[in-house]
Amino acid sequence: MTVTIFVPRDAAALALGAEKVAKAVAQEIEARCLDAKIVRNGSRGMFWLEPLVEVETDRGRIAYGPVKAGDVASLFDAGLLSGAPHPLCLGLTEEIEFLRQQTRLTFARCGITDPLSIEDYRKHSGFAGLAKAIATTPADIVKEVTDSGLRGRGGAGFPTGIKWKTVMDAAGPQKYIVCNADEGDSATFADRMIMEGDPFVLIEGMIIAGIATGATKGYVYTRSEYPHAIATMTEAIRIAGEAGILGSSVMGSSYAFDIEIRSGAGAYVCGEETSLLNSLEGKRGIVRAKPPLPALKGFLGRPTVVNNVISLASVPVIMERGAAFYRDFGMGRSRGTIPIQIAGNVRHGGLFETAFGLSLGEIVDQIGGGTATGRPVKAVQVGGPLGAYFPRALFDTPFDYEAFAARDGLIGHAGITVFDDAVDMLKQARFAMEFCAIESCGKCTPCRIGSTRGVETADKIAQGIEPEKNRELLADLCNTMKFGSLCALGGFTPYPVMSAMTHFPEDFAPTPLIEAAE
Amino acid sequence: MNMRVSAGDPAERSLQIIRDLKHLEGPMLPILHAIQAEFGYVPDEVKPIIANELNLSRAEVHGVVTFYHDFRDHPAGRHVLKLCRAEACQSMGGDRIAERVKQLLGIDFHETTRDGAVTLEPVFCLGLCACAPAAMLDDEVYGRVDEHCLSEIVVEARR
Repeated sequence: MTVTIFVPRDAAALALGAEKVAKAVAQEIEARCLDAKIVRNGSRGMFWLEPLVEVETDRGRIAYGPVKAGDVASLFDAGLLSGAPHPLCLGLTEEIEFLRQQTRLTFARCGITDPLSIEDYRKHSGFAGLAKAIATTPADIVKEVTDSGLRGRGGAGFPTGIKWKTVMDAAGPQKYIVCNADEGDSATFADRMIMEGDPFVLIEGMIIAGIATGATKGYVYTRSEYPHAIATMTEAIRIAGEAGILGSSVMGSSYAFDIEIRSGAGAYVCGEETSLLNSLEGKRGIVRAKPPLPALKGFLGRPTVVNNVISLASVPVIMERGAAFYRDFGMGRSRGTIPIQIAGNVRHGGLFETAFGLSLGEIVDQIGGGTATGRPVKAVQVGGPLGAYFPRALFDTPFDYEAFAARDGLIGHAGITVFDDAVDMLKQARFAMEFCAIESCGKCTPCRIGSTRGVETADKIAQGIEPEKNRELLADLCNTMKFGSLCALGGFTPYPVMSAMTHFPEDFAPTPLIEAAE
Repeated sequence: MNMRVSAGDPAERSLQIIRDLKHLEGPMLPILHAIQAEFGYVPDEVKPIIANELNLSRAEVHGVVTFYHDFRDHPAGRHVLKLCRAEACQSMGGDRIAERVKQLLGIDFHETTRDGAVTLEPVFCLGLCACAPAAMLDDEVYGRVDEHCLSEIVVEARR
């Protein structure tokens, strides 16, 4: 029997040498005349163990990692094909603590299947949600998604079902599903992992959205910084077209749906939905004022659903297993699961999908295992460059939209960056302003001018120039940006700045001058 | 390799690219990406051709090209090295790596080495935040970049 060896093709695994490992494995198979094949799977999301090589045995899949190309020969010597012991052996993949503790609904297949095998996808209950969607009515699909409690996973947390209903009820000669895959927040990579590790689930989610709302055309707007995701998505769309999943008759039904992938061009602000729509239309990625809502006047002025990758990729499991199944996970108004991305200076960095409600401390200390450098955690930034910095004192905050908002923070796209005690919070606050200045679309004054003034003011504080007055000025500036900006870029940049200043005042104190003793 | 050698007359080649793509809904970005893939940058003389074909003003095309960080107004080096400067990479010593790479190449960000081998650019997130600091040389990605790995990347880039 042919033995299957898995070597991930996820960009993070590639960044850590997976390509060389795959080549070395292929060479060993050939040199030793073994009956084995290599499958290039997505990542399991345990990046401290990548490249993670797995082998299929009758006991289940056995993991080895992190594997370097130079380790491969010794793995084969030890008996890799039978899952034999080796210093790098981690045992059964499913039993690894980090994986065992998760509830994988959206990422159920990621890292397990061959991302470009539609047979594999079907075998792992792929297209079951779509089949149900085809058999029911658009109104019932919208009801199911609404009842599931699913909220936009891009960061805004708007109920997905309500957005869909608006588009369903809107009249228009052509409606669109636009997938926001412009994942620009530092510490986030969930969208990338889905596109590289389970692209068909996104395609399935988009088709269901199309059937529900009457849209027949979908666009995936992704970042040019994600060449691997673009390549995998492009290939998956082609395969789905050939298999009759996409096209004029979706799975033989009367519904039509097509998807095109589009690449952005390095503008962070295009992750904001109206800016994204302008960019997709071929304009400067300038933010639009709302109303009109994109749901009514979106792409080319037509009714458009703009949803994040994870929102859309969560729809198939909701359709397959029902709204109640999904809604039963979570807490408060945050229902279902959330793929938390633990990144930065952390020992066990990766993707951890779980029901809402874990405390920040559990995520950082227990699941993440503290810092990679072994030094104490000083701060964590939750929600990307526009998210607040949390000190250890707030580690009891449960991972939930409302709980984070109540503490002047946001969960955003659920990325967490861990910093050790070497971090200078004034420098981080300055960076938040600098980033906003670089990426501002320029339409509104608070964001365009405020960010540059913010950098200058932070510099004055650092130089000890009238620190008290300048701290006040910085707080005032943040207030203006928060309430006066048109979109979240200018509006949320104050979160990292103010949280840094509030929770770490010692870093904003003037450098003590050494005075000569009289 | 980042440098492209284009066959034939640039104006004619541009027109061909534009006509192949103008049927798309919102064709501008796909056209600009294709032009840059062909010439290595978006030449000034192509802007009026795009404007004419898409029924826009030259100012509108110029406005779009200059809005996006990706589009260049002059050719880059043979290779482009992008170094992530975002928070997750900062938390793992990204600043130190940035200083080191500038030193190794003898250039600052947005500059090209004198031999035309490599252009250094900052990037805000490559989605490799759990294996920071991260870099990308052309389309090749690198995680947990340290001094040793950096020297290897630079040697590769110098070729």
